[in-house]
Amino acid sequence: MPEMDPSEKKVLVTTGIVLMLFIFSVLYARNRNNDLPECIPYNKTYTEPKISKIDDSTYQVFAVAKMWQFEPSKIYIPVGSEVDFYVTSMDVVHGFNIPEKNVNLMAVYGNINKTTVKFEKAGVYKITCHEYCGIGHQSMQAEVIVNIPLNK
Amino acid sequence: MQISKSLKRLIYWQLGIPVTLLTIGIYHGLMQTIYRSGLIHQNSFAHLDYYQGLTLHGVINAIVLTTFFAVAFGHATITFYLKSEPNKFISWLSFWLMAIGTDFAAWAMLSGKASVLYTFYPPLKGHPLFYLGAALLIVGSWLPLFDWARMYVHWKKSNRETKTPLAVLGTLVNFIIWFVCTLAVAYEVLVLLLPWALGWKPTVNVTLARTLFWFFGHALVYFWLLPAYIMFYTMLPKLAGGKLFSDLAGRIALFLFLIFSVPVGVHHQYSDPSISQGIKLFQGLLTYGVTIPSFITAFTLAASLEYAGKKRGSKGLLGFFKKLPYLDPNRYLFAYMICGLILFIFGGLTGMVNASGQLNSVVHNTAWLPGHFHMTVAGPVFLAIIGMSLYLYSTNSGKKIFLPRLNVIIPYLWLIGILIFSTGLSWGGLIGEPRRTNLGLTYLNPKNELFTPEWVPTTMLALLGGIIMTIAALFFFIVFFGTMFSRKKVQAQLTLPVSEALHDEKRIPLFDTFKPWLVTMAVILVISYTPALINALKNPGPGAPRFTPDSPVPQETSNTIK
Ligand code: HEM
Ligand SMILES: [Cu+2]
Ligand SMILES: [Cu+2]
Repeated sequence: MPEMDPSEKKVLVTTGIVLMLFIFSVLYARNRNNDLPECIPYNKTYTEPKISKIDDSTYQVFAVAKMWQFEPSKIYIPVGSEVDFYVTSMDVVHGFNIPEKNVNLMAVYGNINKTTVKFEKAGVYKITCHEYCGIGHQSMQAEVIVNIPLNK
Repeated sequence: MQISKSLKRLIYWQLGIPVTLLTIGIYHGLMQTIYRSGLIHQNSFAHLDYYQGLTLHGVINAIVLTTFFAVAFGHATITFYLKSEPNKFISWLSFWLMAIGTDFAAWAMLSGKASVLYTFYPPLKGHPLFYLGAALLIVGSWLPLFDWARMYVHWKKSNRETKTPLAVLGTLVNFIIWFVCTLAVAYEVLVLLLPWALGWKPTVNVTLARTLFWFFGHALVYFWLLPAYIMFYTMLPKLAGGKLFSDLAGRIALFLFLIFSVPVGVHHQYSDPSISQGIKLFQGLLTYGVTIPSFITAFTLAASLEYAGKKRGSKGLLGFFKKLPYLDPNRYLFAYMICGLILFIFGGLTGMVNASGQLNSVVHNTAWLPGHFHMTVAGPVFLAIIGMSLYLYSTNSGKKIFLPRLNVIIPYLWLIGILIFSTGLSWGGLIGEPRRTNLGLTYLNPKNELFTPEWVPTTMLALLGGIIMTIAALFFFIVFFGTMFSRKKVQAQLTLPVSEALHDEKRIPLFDTFKPWLVTMAVILVISYTPALINALKNPGPGAPRFTPDSPVPQETSNTIK
């Protein structure tokens, strides 16, 4: 490179370091708190709304978004359970957002989305549709109710 | 320089039409903050539904205004620097395609038949004319590129050893990015959506459509930004009273944008199903590549401003900030650009948050997002567009600025407005406030069971910011149309501020040719998008039928036009 100013060199080095830091943080944070949704091919089984108990502290929820509600609309689980959410839509694109747990998925027709999350504290966790899905979009909310104490 | 009547008229129309439409865009921006804060609990106001208005807001502000302006500004830079005019027939054909396309889409949106937002995700279906209109607007905006490329090649033949003017390079890079990325959305619209919307095809692969959309959608943000970048590099230093710190830095940044701006669109689909984690991670890391040209630009511009400040007698490390012509009515473009740059600091930082897959799960589709992009597209991009529209109009028509002192404070008012507005939205987003939602009906309605009091202060802040932004925009309309309707006072000419370079490096062939960069761009694109497209074709199940926003029951295929 001809005629590079010394301060230009400094700024390039700084950029390199910052970039490394970003990339390191992204890779480091993977799998720790919450990862990208899992990619699973379509399967019709997941389009039937369902809550199933796998064992004492593991649940499976097939959440189905429809204009303009989620099914199931109330999900009761014990404190401390780990839940696998399988999310899909029967019509337009919907969102599936549990802000307190950083669960943030799109519900898409003909596609299955999946994430796993553990509910350590008792409480009511709102599931909000955060993608525009037609005239009733602003009323589309469901709940995860974490109340039953875990019996050991 | 003097230009033909035809080109002058073309530029007027290309600036005048979007600024006129912008009045609707701004009006509904204000209305959105009013609905969202719960000041009104209604589906619609003055015959305009919330989501219909939001569609108009997104399409007019982010697609129509930006595209028309990019073409007009392209004509201006190419003509000014290459000293010859674009082909008359092609440029008017391009104009008419864009204008007719805009009319089609405007009709569909205003009649309430295309309340599908500016991203028009299927299987929500808009009126076929909405898709056709979008396609015409895009195809119309392609035509000038081929004409400019011809002019450039012609110019280069007789100027082999001269560096291509930076502004010309910028315009060409920008429209190459635009052409490549819009190929995907043109395919989405013309092949996937239009036949489906007309009822000729029963279903659509939603994930494929979304993947093609975001192939376009991310590069779109660079298409918005590059005209502003061209102004920052080639005009801002001059306006500040100094020189561009390094000319070569500008060239490197532009070519890096060519490479990094398209192959990263999957970062908008972190939350989508059917696309593997690996490809999301890969494109996420590639996204951080954009920090390189961004840091180069931040440094070069700051160094140029420092040089200008020192020349004006500043002392100390940061003293130069105090010596810049912030409120000089004759250099109002400086004010528009510096306010944009201040906003861009925050826009860039929040953007880096979005690019991380983990943090995305905190903010995706919440109010954080409009909080972020009003500091980019409604920040540096918007301010550069309206400032330059005014400048091009007044110099080309020989009319003086109407109320010049008011004009120079507009960007500062806008800056304050946006900072408040975006604080409200970003904060709201972090506590779960969804975007694209008429909050006033439910979540911000104390009488509704979904009422969420946590979002009262956040939406109130956004309302306050929105009011200030609207006042700034009103002032701009007064200045713009006041200038338009005033009498010609001075000699009309096409002119642009031209910055000299402080370090005017000698020509390096690699940074004065397109071929190697285009090849690299193509290779990275193929590597980055082949697996994404395979995922989008392989993982989804059945395609989706057509839905309208008012019903969960799909439309019959035989019912072709609604
Ligand atoms: C007075 C000025 C403005 C105000 C008060 C305003 C307000 C808003 C609000 C509150 C939203 C979010 C609505 C929602 O998600 O439900 C929004 C979305 C948006 N705004 Fe603005 N805005 C203004 C100007 C602009 C400008 C100048 C641009 C671009 C040049 C712009 C581009 C957008 C875009 C692209 C969206 C996203 C639309 C969507 O989600 O479909 N806005 N605006
Ligand atoms: Cu929704
Ligand atoms: Cu992007």
